[in-house]
Order: sequence, then structure tokens, then C-alpha cells
Amino acid sequence: MLMSFLASARAAKLALIVLGGLALGACSSTPTTDPNAGFGAGGAATPGSAQDFVVNVGDRVFFESDSTDLTSTATATLDKQATWLGRYPRYTFTIEGHADERGTREYNFSLGARRAQAVRDYLASRGIPANRMRIVSYGKERPVAVCNDISCWSQNRRAVTLLDAAGL
Amino acid sequence: MMMTTLELAPPGFGLTRLASFSRRRLLAGSGALIAAQALGTSAAMAQLVIDLRKGTFQPMPIAIADFGGEGDMGPRVSGIITNNLRRSGYFVPLPRERHAERTPPFDGIPNFEQWKPTGVQGLVVGRVVRDGARLRSEFRLWDVTSGQQLAGQQYFTDPNNMRRVAHIISDAVYSKVTGVGGYFDTRVVFVDEAGPKENRRKRLAIMDQDGANVRFLTTGDVSVVTPRYSPVSQDVTYMAQRQGEQPRVHVINIESGARQVVGNFPDMTSSPRFSPNGQTIALSLQTGGNSNLYAMNLGSRSTTRLTDTAAIDTSPSYSPDGTQIVFESDRGGSQQLYLMDSGGGAAKRISFAQGSYSQPAWSPKGDLIAFTKRTGGGFAIGVMRPDGSGERLLTEGFHNESPTFAPNGQYLMFFRDPGGQSGGKLYMVDITGRVEQPVPTPAFASDPTWSPLLTEVRS
Repeated sequence: MLMSFLASARAAKLALIVLGGLALGACSSTPTTDPNAGFGAGGAATPGSAQDFVVNVGDRVFFESDSTDLTSTATATLDKQATWLGRYPRYTFTIEGHADERGTREYNFSLGARRAQAVRDYLASRGIPANRMRIVSYGKERPVAVCNDISCWSQNRRAVTLLDAAGL
Repeated sequence: MMMTTLELAPPGFGLTRLASFSRRRLLAGSGALIAAQALGTSAAMAQLVIDLRKGTFQPMPIAIADFGGEGDMGPRVSGIITNNLRRSGYFVPLPRERHAERTPPFDGIPNFEQWKPTGVQGLVVGRVVRDGARLRSEFRLWDVTSGQQLAGQQYFTDPNNMRRVAHIISDAVYSKVTGVGGYFDTRVVFVDEAGPKENRRKRLAIMDQDGANVRFLTTGDVSVVTPRYSPVSQDVTYMAQRQGEQPRVHVINIESGARQVVGNFPDMTSSPRFSPNGQTIALSLQTGGNSNLYAMNLGSRSTTRLTDTAAIDTSPSYSPDGTQIVFESDRGGSQQLYLMDSGGGAAKRISFAQGSYSQPAWSPKGDLIAFTKRTGGGFAIGVMRPDGSGERLLTEGFHNESPTFAPNGQYLMFFRDPGGQSGGKLYMVDITGRVEQPVPTPAFASDPTWSPLLTEVRS
């Protein structure tokens, strides 16, 4: 539990950095966050914003090695996601499935898709309409943490709920 | 290129046409027709043989003398041949400074008594000259001990095909001594990688098998992985993904650059592979949490479902006769290799040892299936017979992946990634596991796929 909590905390921190980078980059072709919705001095995000979702809800869940089962930590995060997404129905979103690098490319694309599907199924069971969700697998091609040990691999085995730009 | 091949009799016997047939091929990149006349072999078979079936074979000491002719063409061709034969692992070329003769007379007999003390068993001599608008390249392979000519050929080609002629001569020498088909006159398509691993640019590249003539087939705005060469043509199938979009299987023609998406599938398609006749692509289609195998005929566009499981079925590879497919599935819990008819139906598991197996690749000779095997923290490349017996690991460590057979079935190319912010590099290993060589690439590289012999390729 402690390990996954630490991994989540690191991931959340990383997500903030990534979001900051995206805001500066203002890339029009990728789903991005509202560049005007900055962070307050205390880290408070505007309720209903993408930052609110990432910081206060948690945009990602993690998986055990070679597994697509949702852990209790993961379902707790997804319960919060479902509540938030139910409160802000204007958002459509993409669930990205990822794998760590300890596997072959072909298998990891399928594994990532299966992880994203597991999240989609869970959110659907919590009342999120199917037409708001799409899934994309990146296999092992987009790690967020790069090193040769478990601290990285556990962060890379993930499914990320990414709000589509249209709802922002 | 227009190419004519003639068999050369030993000096003093003149030029002999023993037999001929002609075939016309459009060669990659040249845009010109090739007409090749292959001729019968000489009767002088001899001791100059490496029996690769024996695990104890010794690489053959050989000398490739500087080829004669005009300018630096001769030494350039003999240099390419020397590099090829050395990299094969089955020959030990004598260093040039120890050659007994710089350029032995092509129309005469080499001075074997001077060559014998160097220890070489074979001697290759040659000549490259302009002949009108064409290039005339010729070679002889001599048995130094018996003084017999074992092979001799003459090729007429377009002048800009000098490297290819060097590869074709290399194949002729290699095949004569090993009894195995050649592989030097081939290309390799691979994924060229650059940038931080979190967002690495992955584009398709092609090069000669020895790393020369690299060029890029895609621009890098789309991430491209798992290319697979057609066994009969200049088509390559691969998976491409634009940021935020579903990955799809594509086909690119290397000559024309024309690209298309394969099929009209509703979800992610991955891990494509051509059938032996190049007319069908087998691939994996995502449906919900599962992946199943399909085959799509490129001519009729008809699609056949091959597997129907609540599992991940991926990485199909056809037997060279096209009747069977080996693939990877986690239907039994872990990833293992399964065999089924190429039309689908019941599948039989063939991998049973400790560990998980993936990325099966059926040898063009039919005798072996290569795979990536995960045991503990490592990823090994190995081979087994199609019935699952005789498993041998050829290279181990972290992290080897993506084996592809040379067209002669004697070598595998694969990539090795040490992990972290580093990246993959290409290697080749022979199926005895005794010969391993790095394959030069301009940057990080992964997912190699070997072309057929270029002389066998149709347009």
C-alpha cells in the first residue's frame, strides 16, 4: 500500500509537471488543458477544471505486473473519477492504457488496451455512459518514468483518464 | 539493373555457357529491369566445405585478394566481400597485409605455393571493369590446397550497382563453401529511434544488411513499430499510431512509397505478418479487452477470423508452405506459442518449458521457429522445432526482442535494449548460437525485418 501510495504521489507530481508543459506548449492537435486555468498559490484548482480532476481526483490507476485486475487503490480512484465525471457531464474523455517495458511490443499493445478496457468497464458500472469514453493503447511506447527498476515499472503500468479538450 | 550472369571455366578453358534460363525482375531502387542468366555449376566439388550441421565447425581461413580493374572499383568490391564473409562468422579473411599476392592475375593461375604458408584454404580473386555502358564484374574461388577452381562467374550490370554485385559475389562464395543459401544481397527494414524514451520518435528506415545505404521511409510524425517484410515483394506491413489515435496496421511499398491502411477494422489492429505468397496479411484485432487473429486478403479485401478467445492472441507467423500459423496467446494464463491451420480452428500449444514465449517467427526453411522468451528478469532469443522440441536459447540477457530470419534461415536479427534512457541496437546471431555480430545503424534501432534475396523479389 505504501509503495503504491508513493507511486501515486509521484505520478500526481509528474502529472502536474506534464500539464504545465502542455499549457506552455499549447499544442493544438492533442487534448490539452485550459492554459488560462493556472494553479493557485495553495495548489487549489478551479472546481470542474482538468486540474481539479488531476489533483483532487487522480487521473490514473496502476496495475500489478502483467495484470489487468483493478486493485482496491485503483477502484477507490475510479470511484472518485466516476463521481466527478457524473458531476461534470460535459466532459468526454480518453482512457489511455500503458504497459511497462518488460514485455514485447506486440503483447504490450494488447495489454494496454485490456487495461484501458478494464477502467472503461468499471466506470460504466458506476454509471458513466459508454459514448463519453474511448480507449487508446500505447503499449510500452510512452513510459512516464524511465529507469531499470521497479520504481519506474510500477508507474508505467497505468491507465490514464484524459479529459478531451472539447469539454474544457 | 540489367544483370547477366555467366559461368566462368578455369583459365585456359575459355568462357563456357553451360545452361541458361532467363528471368526478368524489377529490382528495388534501381527502377531498371534485370535479366539474369544463371548457369550450371562446375563439376569440381572439393574439400573446401564447412559443415554447419556440426556444432564443432571451424570458420574457414580465406583470402579475398584485391580485385583488379579500373580505378578503385576492384578494391572496393573485394573490401565489401571481405567484410561480408567476416561478419558471417563462417570465414576468417586473411588480413590484407599478409596476402601473398596483391592482385593475382585473373586470367591465370594464382601462385598457390606462396599462398599455402598463409594458412588460407580458399582464395577469391576478381576484376571489375567498365565494358561499354555496363560494369563487368567477375570472380573465381580457388581451393588453395588442390589448386582447383570451385566457382567462377561473370556479371554484367548497371555501373551504379557495384555494391549489389559485391553482395552477389559474396553470396556465391558463401553458398559454395557452406552449402547454405546466401543472404548478403538483402536489405533490412527497422525502426529508427531518437529522443527521450517518454516521447521517442519512431520512424521506418531501410538499409543494406551490412548497414550501408540507410534511408527513411516515414517522417516520424506518426509512431511506427513492428515492420514485417513481404517474403516476395517490396512491400512492408507495420503498425502506425498518431498521438491520441488508435494504432492501425498499414502497408508501404518501398519502391513507390505508396501507403495504405490494411482493412476497415473498428478497433486497434497490431502485429501484422505477410503470408508466404505476400497476398494475405495476418494481424491481431482488439475487441474489448481481447485480441484475436484475423487474415485479410489484400486482393479481394476479404477478412477471415482465425481465433475466437477471451485472451490476447497476437504475433502470427506463417509456415513457409502457408498451411499453418504459429502465434502467441495468453489463453492458458501466461504467453505461450500455439500452432493452428492457417484458416483458423483448433490450436495446439507447442511451448512448455519454464517461462513465457512470444514473437514467434517461422524460418523460411521451415525447420525452426524463433521466439522471444521471458525467464525471470531476462528476455532471450531462441529457436525450437515446429513441434516444440529441441529448444535452444541463442542469446540471453535484458532485454532481447523481435527476432527476424535471414532468407537462408541461418541467421536471426533482433534488437537488444539495455533499458533506461538508452535504446535498442541491432544484432545478428546464427542458429548455432556461435556467431553474434552487432549490426550498424545510425541511431537507436529496433524491430528489424529481413527482406528476401533481392534477386528473388518481384516488384
